[in-house]
Amino acid sequence: MSNSIMLPVLLPFITGAVLILFVKRPMLQRIVAGLMMIILTGFSLYLAADIYQNGMKTLAVGGWQAPFGIVLAADNLAAMMVVLTCIVGLVCLFYSFATIHTERERHYYYPFYFFLITGVNGSFLTGDLFNLFVFFEVMLLASYALMVIGGTKYQLRETMKYAVINVFSSLLFLVAIAYLYSVAGTVNMAHLAQRVGELEQTGILQVIAILFFLVFGIKGALFPLYFWLPRSYYGPPAVITALFGGLLTKVGVYAMIRVFTLIFNHDIAFTHHILIAAAAGLTMLLGVLGAVSKYDFKKILAYHIISQLGYMIMGLGLFTKLALAGAIYYMAHHIIIKTGLLLMAGAAQKVTGTTDLKKMGGLLRTHPYMAWFFLILALSIAGIPPLSGFFGKFPLIVAAFQEQSYVIAIVALVVGLLTLISMMKIFMYAFWGQQKHTGDQAQVRVGKLLAPASVLVILTIALGFGAQPFFTYAETVAEELLNPAGYIQTVLKE
Amino acid sequence: MRFTREHDVMQRVWITVVICLLLAFSWYLFFAGHNRPGGGFIGGLMTASAIVLMYMFFGAKEAGRVMRLSYPVVISLGLLVAVVVGMIGLLAGDAFFTQYFDYVTLPLVGEIELTTAVPFDFGVYLVVVGATMAAIVTISEDED
Repeated sequence: MSNSIMLPVLLPFITGAVLILFVKRPMLQRIVAGLMMIILTGFSLYLAADIYQNGMKTLAVGGWQAPFGIVLAADNLAAMMVVLTCIVGLVCLFYSFATIHTERERHYYYPFYFFLITGVNGSFLTGDLFNLFVFFEVMLLASYALMVIGGTKYQLRETMKYAVINVFSSLLFLVAIAYLYSVAGTVNMAHLAQRVGELEQTGILQVIAILFFLVFGIKGALFPLYFWLPRSYYGPPAVITALFGGLLTKVGVYAMIRVFTLIFNHDIAFTHHILIAAAAGLTMLLGVLGAVSKYDFKKILAYHIISQLGYMIMGLGLFTKLALAGAIYYMAHHIIIKTGLLLMAGAAQKVTGTTDLKKMGGLLRTHPYMAWFFLILALSIAGIPPLSGFFGKFPLIVAAFQEQSYVIAIVALVVGLLTLISMMKIFMYAFWGQQKHTGDQAQVRVGKLLAPASVLVILTIALGFGAQPFFTYAETVAEELLNPAGYIQTVLKE
Repeated sequence: MRFTREHDVMQRVWITVVICLLLAFSWYLFFAGHNRPGGGFIGGLMTASAIVLMYMFFGAKEAGRVMRLSYPVVISLGLLVAVVVGMIGLLAGDAFFTQYFDYVTLPLVGEIELTTAVPFDFGVYLVVVGATMAAIVTISEDED
């Protein structure tokens, strides 16, 4: 029992509740929010280091032992995701201080921000499938609110669609849990893993596996269920898009990795090598094609989110140690990079007042730092060594060749190239060429926006140059995932 | 508000009685909740329905003056009460959300069970009242 793993959920929850009281005083809200987020980030780093050294921690909430009570379980993967959540949360929070309008702040922006972090951290830390559903809902409710705050017509329309699709997928999630409960008689993930392993692998388990795949596919925006993402991520302010693009879809991917390494790891030839691998290839390819066809800063990046998700799922689909480690490393890289890029889109929008690439140009001359930051992030996402994107894609593609999955390896390579093309398109249109914004706009200062984002730029460089230790960490995580016996034993204490 | 009928005395008297009954019953439900059907959620909903009746028959202005509450603050306090009760476990060295209970004998009442689940449930109660009322009042204000 260790109560410490409760804190990444508890701290943002209390902060959110307290911030409601100060809603009329934006300055006080910012101070409290900033302080709490810094404390939370520091604590999550400590927790991750502790878990890396001393092994995973569990907490039976309320003293009700597993598998009867709700269990929180923090292994290395969960701890890593919590750290990334906190870093992204911290960066986006400080970016919000400079960009979020006071009117939005008065409409409970910061409380919802912290409730979102609560939901995301909770989803990573829980060891109970039904509790995962609950934390998904906490996260989604906060995300509806954040998406609609400001109340422009576009936001209202797209949030409505976003809410409907998510309510539908939550319904499917509940159905899937009910199916699994009726088959295995438990909702504790470790207990489920044990019991599903003892069962005969009949058709019903495949059906349930596919149902879970659909649920997390909608949440994580995979082929063919990603249609909701580009438009709904386009409406809200850049910082919210950045937070969502960095975190929310990854919660779906995390849940999929968790469920398909822990519970549904018996029929790999079908679920992983056919279902997930095919979805991964198509997600990558169609996502990037969407990006290549668009001429809008934010929309291109939104399509890239989809495309990049394919790489993570590809690692899960190949299901070897190297591939999973690649997927884990790629997920960390992606959360950092994608948030950074979307923050750059916000900065560019603040200067030029538009996200339409054809109306932008010449930002390199007037805002050189923004341009170089963007270039580093863009090269990283395209996979140019020695930045972090390369070390994410390389092991994935090597693993694909080792497994003789040539098709998906080639798709991944082609997608990398197309990613580079679409990123260079943004760079050429928005940063090179004739200056299209006015002299006044050229004077707009974006230092307050670039300062938080610079943390992410430094991180991607660090992740690239320090690939060896980070990748060793990812391999440790992958090893844990491939041998779930340790997880099961720690949770069930047998 | 549409439903306000300033001069209908009988209606007002009866509604006042109904509101009192509803509030009393909602508290009964709240306290019944620990071992029998009821609890903070249902109690909170019923209290909210009583307050809504007040808004409907006495007008938003009058009811708002009587309530003198900002509902989001009620939500916030409810959340904090619930989580602080959960944290007793943290401070006592047990797991988070551990429930403590004891049987005590009080004069007049006799033996009753005192448990930390009740203040937790009261937090839930506050959240439900606050959330329901915040939603209804916000929507009704939209009309003007």
